[in-house]
Amino acid sequence: MTTKFGFAGAAVIAALFATPAHSDVIKVGVIGTMSGPYALFGQNFKHGIEAWVAEHGAKVGDHQVEFIYRDEESPNPAKSKALAQELIVKDKVQYIAGLYFTPDAMAVAPLLSEAKVPMIVMNAATSAIVEKSPYIVRTSFTMWQNTVPAAKVAFAKGAKKVAIAVSDYGPGIDAEAAFKKTFEAEGGKIVEAIRMPLSTTDFGPIMQRIKDSGADMIFTFLPAGPPTLGFVKAYIDNGLKAGGVKLLSTGDLVTEPDLPNIGDSGIGILSTYHYSAAHNSPENKAFLAEMVKVGAKPDDITMASVAAYDGARVIYKMIEATNGQKDPDKALAAVKGMKWVSPRGPVSIDPETRHITQNIYLREVEKKDGKLQNTELQTFEAQPDWGLAKH
Amino acid sequence: MAWTVLGVVLDAISYGMVLFIISIGLSIMMGLMRVVNLAHGAFAMIGGYLASYALKSLGVSYPLAIILAVIGAILISIPFEFLLYRRIYRKSDELTQILLTIGITFVIIGVANYALGPTSKSIPLPAALSGPFDLGFRMIPAHRLFVIACGLCTALLLWLLIDRTEFGVRMRAAVDNGDMAEALGIRTQLIFTAAFALAIGLAAFGGVVGAELLPIEPFYALRYMVTFLVVVSVGGAGSIAGALSASMLLGLADTTGKYLAPEYGEFFFYLAVILAVFLFPNGLLGRKH
Repeated sequence: MTTKFGFAGAAVIAALFATPAHSDVIKVGVIGTMSGPYALFGQNFKHGIEAWVAEHGAKVGDHQVEFIYRDEESPNPAKSKALAQELIVKDKVQYIAGLYFTPDAMAVAPLLSEAKVPMIVMNAATSAIVEKSPYIVRTSFTMWQNTVPAAKVAFAKGAKKVAIAVSDYGPGIDAEAAFKKTFEAEGGKIVEAIRMPLSTTDFGPIMQRIKDSGADMIFTFLPAGPPTLGFVKAYIDNGLKAGGVKLLSTGDLVTEPDLPNIGDSGIGILSTYHYSAAHNSPENKAFLAEMVKVGAKPDDITMASVAAYDGARVIYKMIEATNGQKDPDKALAAVKGMKWVSPRGPVSIDPETRHITQNIYLREVEKKDGKLQNTELQTFEAQPDWGLAKH
Repeated sequence: MAWTVLGVVLDAISYGMVLFIISIGLSIMMGLMRVVNLAHGAFAMIGGYLASYALKSLGVSYPLAIILAVIGAILISIPFEFLLYRRIYRKSDELTQILLTIGITFVIIGVANYALGPTSKSIPLPAALSGPFDLGFRMIPAHRLFVIACGLCTALLLWLLIDRTEFGVRMRAAVDNGDMAEALGIRTQLIFTAAFALAIGLAAFGGVVGAELLPIEPFYALRYMVTFLVVVSVGGAGSIAGALSASMLLGLADTTGKYLAPEYGEFFFYLAVILAVFLFPNGLLGRKH
């Protein structure tokens, strides 16, 4: 007992003499899908952050930075909130990062102001998230951001009548609204808008419906995962591709790990997205090499890893600006308007919305050196989140 | 309009056939051995994984991959049968069965997720079965016609096996009165082991041929289990014709619902279930217990 008090006493004395600027540890809590059906993207968060740390060291000035990972395997707002509370109260984190699903990010948002903890969203893509707290920064993308260029592409490619088919949840509804608004403003016509339940695996009836609508192009969004493959196959096997109906989607339909499963029949599918592993730039080459060094499989690198890599950069900047002190207003002020060249291309943090402004690329699935990839055809420069921007 | 109706009906039949092939094994387990085998979907998934591995890594042909998957799944199930299932045939209460089999399911999901990763594994189709097939009035995936043929063959062969062979007679005897059958010299333990292998083999077969509609990934084992159980309870456990008609009915409800009002999701599927169970509490063609 006495020894225990002795240690405690020593700790108190040590704390009195130590100044915070020297060799303290800044903790960052990362909530991600580390296990379960979406484990790939949790691994992507982890590898993206580790790649940044491997390149820039685990120290910002005199401050040691430590990332703590927490597992949230499915959309579960209650659990996410509990995890965030535990991170803030027990682990005393100064920053929260990660968040794959929109409902989870929404659940954590109300804690931030009271705890004075900034949150860096590395995936969740519903526009409204950043409006839920002034302490949120997002380094991923939004549905509006990716979909508005898609609608412009559709019109430029000569589509007159488009059928929209989206998954029936927040981001899907965002995608439908964004496409409809932009495409109709360009002068096109939406002949069908289908909301498919997330559990759909048989797309035969959906294809029949699209065929009956007389559309000349399909615009679709489904979250990356097993059903995307079924959708693409149903599109080909029900004769829509042969019948001249074009397919356009956001990049979620053709993420890099899914391409080998889609196979050669996917060649020629058009999509708009903010990141392709095939992006041709020195920054991306260096990033991919670093990712492999920290243990990521080259075929598993997706948009989530680049969002995490850039997210870590934002966190480092915040730590630097606050000199390791807990000062969220100062931290946020430091990253508003921040500009850099990311592996995905030039990006900046919009000072108004705190969402990342970035290039959106039109890509086509192409076979290069025996491997399928998303080759960039056209660039839409510096796209804001069209769902938030007052344009 | 008539062509559209025919198109939807074709989609319904092929979806129903996938449900039938996978569920009939479960129906045999529940109807004949009185085991509520919640790990049935897990064995179907194992079949799918084996076929995917055989096709992509061993480079064997599609028919051979199906056979390997069925045999492989049965081999993997043998230790489970010997150590676990044998204790619960026709004896213990449902709660023991459910806890045991759901446990097996979780173990298989965990192992699959850890060893094979969370992404879905494709089962590449041979050229003859992939791509569209022109029926004259519409294109249909060639694979769906293959699934429909597989379903019909399965139903026919099973009916012959259970209704027309010596094995079938012994099996029905063992089910109806196990003690009496044993007294007459029928080795019921052997019969049950064979029926278990048959059920697992059918699950694996369904997992492979149905993979286009129900993609193979670690959570397959739980994701579709409710649907399989529903088919068995609507059709009546242990009845081949019951499982077939239930699969068709539910396939039609689900597909028509998706065509007419996709935003309603599974509403029409479960509406059909509620109506069927309300009108036929023992299943469409089930026997009273």
